Amino acid sequence: MTKTQPNTRPTPRRNRWPVGWVLVSPFLLFYGLFLIYPAIQVVYLSLTNSDIAGQGAFVGFQNYVELARDQDFWDSVGHTIYFVALTVVPNTGMGFLLALLVVRLKRLRLPILSAFFLPFVLPVSVVTTAALWILDTNFGIFNYLFGTSVSWFQDPIWAMPAVGAVTVWWTVGFNMLLFIAGLQNISADIYEAASLDGANAFHQFISITCPLIWPVTSLVLILQLIAQFKIFDQVYLLTQGGPYNSTMVVLLYMYREAFQQNRGGYASAVAVVFVVIMLVISAIQFRLLQGRGSK
Amino acid sequence: MKEERLPVLRWVCTGLTVVVAIVWLSPLYWIAATALKSETDTIAMPPTFVPFPLDFGAFIFVIQNSPIFRWYLNTVLVSVLVTFFSILCALMCAFALSLLEFKGKRLVYWALLVGFMLPFSAMAIPLFMLMNKLHFVNSYAGIILPQIATPLSVIVFKQFFDQVPIDFRNAAVMDGAGDFRILFNIYIPLNWSIIWAMAIVTFIGAWNNFFWPFIVTDSTPMLTIPVGMTQVQSAYGVAFAKTSAIAVMASIPTAVAYLIFQKRVTQGVMAAAGLK
Repeated sequence: MTKTQPNTRPTPRRNRWPVGWVLVSPFLLFYGLFLIYPAIQVVYLSLTNSDIAGQGAFVGFQNYVELARDQDFWDSVGHTIYFVALTVVPNTGMGFLLALLVVRLKRLRLPILSAFFLPFVLPVSVVTTAALWILDTNFGIFNYLFGTSVSWFQDPIWAMPAVGAVTVWWTVGFNMLLFIAGLQNISADIYEAASLDGANAFHQFISITCPLIWPVTSLVLILQLIAQFKIFDQVYLLTQGGPYNSTMVVLLYMYREAFQQNRGGYASAVAVVFVVIMLVISAIQFRLLQGRGSK
Repeated sequence: MKEERLPVLRWVCTGLTVVVAIVWLSPLYWIAATALKSETDTIAMPPTFVPFPLDFGAFIFVIQNSPIFRWYLNTVLVSVLVTFFSILCALMCAFALSLLEFKGKRLVYWALLVGFMLPFSAMAIPLFMLMNKLHFVNSYAGIILPQIATPLSVIVFKQFFDQVPIDFRNAAVMDGAGDFRILFNIYIPLNWSIIWAMAIVTFIGAWNNFFWPFIVTDSTPMLTIPVGMTQVQSAYGVAFAKTSAIAVMASIPTAVAYLIFQKRVTQGVMAAAGLK
């Protein structure tokens, strides 16, 4: 961002700033109306007992008091953290492994890379349709091939890991792509020098690849953390939060309170708590990215 | 990595990679294969792994019994308009932030930074209320408008504009060109590849968006494909060939867009993640 300095040399022309505002205003209009305004509004709503049409009275911090004692809400926070724990590290590790496999290919590289990335460009409902069919208890090909008889999405123990596995299959291509970029940035000279010094492939991997890929790894981990915390679509489409609420995550709880229980104010309080958690994670991300930039 | 001395190991590695890739794609094969079977064949035990003869009954049924073409049209319209307006707004905003000095610029920066961190899904409730007041529920405007402002595109374009030598602009100013002409005749053509990349990524994102269209639409003719197909599934009950057929139809546009513009998608994804 400091690079703007030499670019903004004042030019001898009048009426400089209106042009700037004219160019910025279409973006700011949409941005303000559909992101900033709702962000302020959600805080206000959380202090009311509004229904989903926005009709209601100011009730102070009553929603937050109720939220603090709401076991279902804290369970949903717990389930979200459980989902994050199930997906973030496996998705990152898997992305790294696939990148290692793909990056050494030559002619096969593009087709193989696309094979791993393709699921990521599909709509979530296609992914969940495939998952519900393949993991179907009675007719699913998975249970047939592996001789299991688990009801993946109806079993309180297996539902969340199954949603996690589907998520990894769907999104790992994105992580793989970032790792491939990172691996390509490591200069071949370093490996050359190391092998002249007698380091074997394993040693090179431990003492060159791993430390030099770390900036990308930390980036992927934090992007994953943010993305997986926002889990909603897959859970809604695969389990609707069940069985026995075992996959009820924060955003699904918010959705249910707002649109099914007609409690806009209470659901807004859920949203505010969620935003606060996300802001803390984003602040960490920002620190991390800045650290990377200053190197 | 030095593997030249061990050709056997190299072949084993490559073979393993190919096997993993095939396993990775197998769910997609299975969906396509199921879509080409009759309903009774889909639940036959043992399952038939290759559908033969091909049965297009499921596709025909879906086309005749669901408004799938209307949903296609909705999704095309929404994705194209979202992409066009979001890229245009982002380009203009990025240009102003990169090259112009104006009062309140810092404020715009801060707004961008804050908005970048706000999760869109948490704004669903007030946004839905707003749309309700504007009578935009179940309308194209309702689906499209909130998807236009994407801070990420602004940040990416600004980074690219910052790298264009300032002499380009100074020369144009000497020739009497205004800032709009400088943007459209110099900066946009110079950065065509990243703009194209971000446009495709935005298009795929808008096509696949589930959450917001799901919140703001519930009348059947206004649904987009990702939302509409879930409705069909609950209407058909257990009908694996039909749900697979509609899944295949829903995936074709983005899958084809990706396979054609692979390099651009990769470039866009990298830029969006902050790795150029």
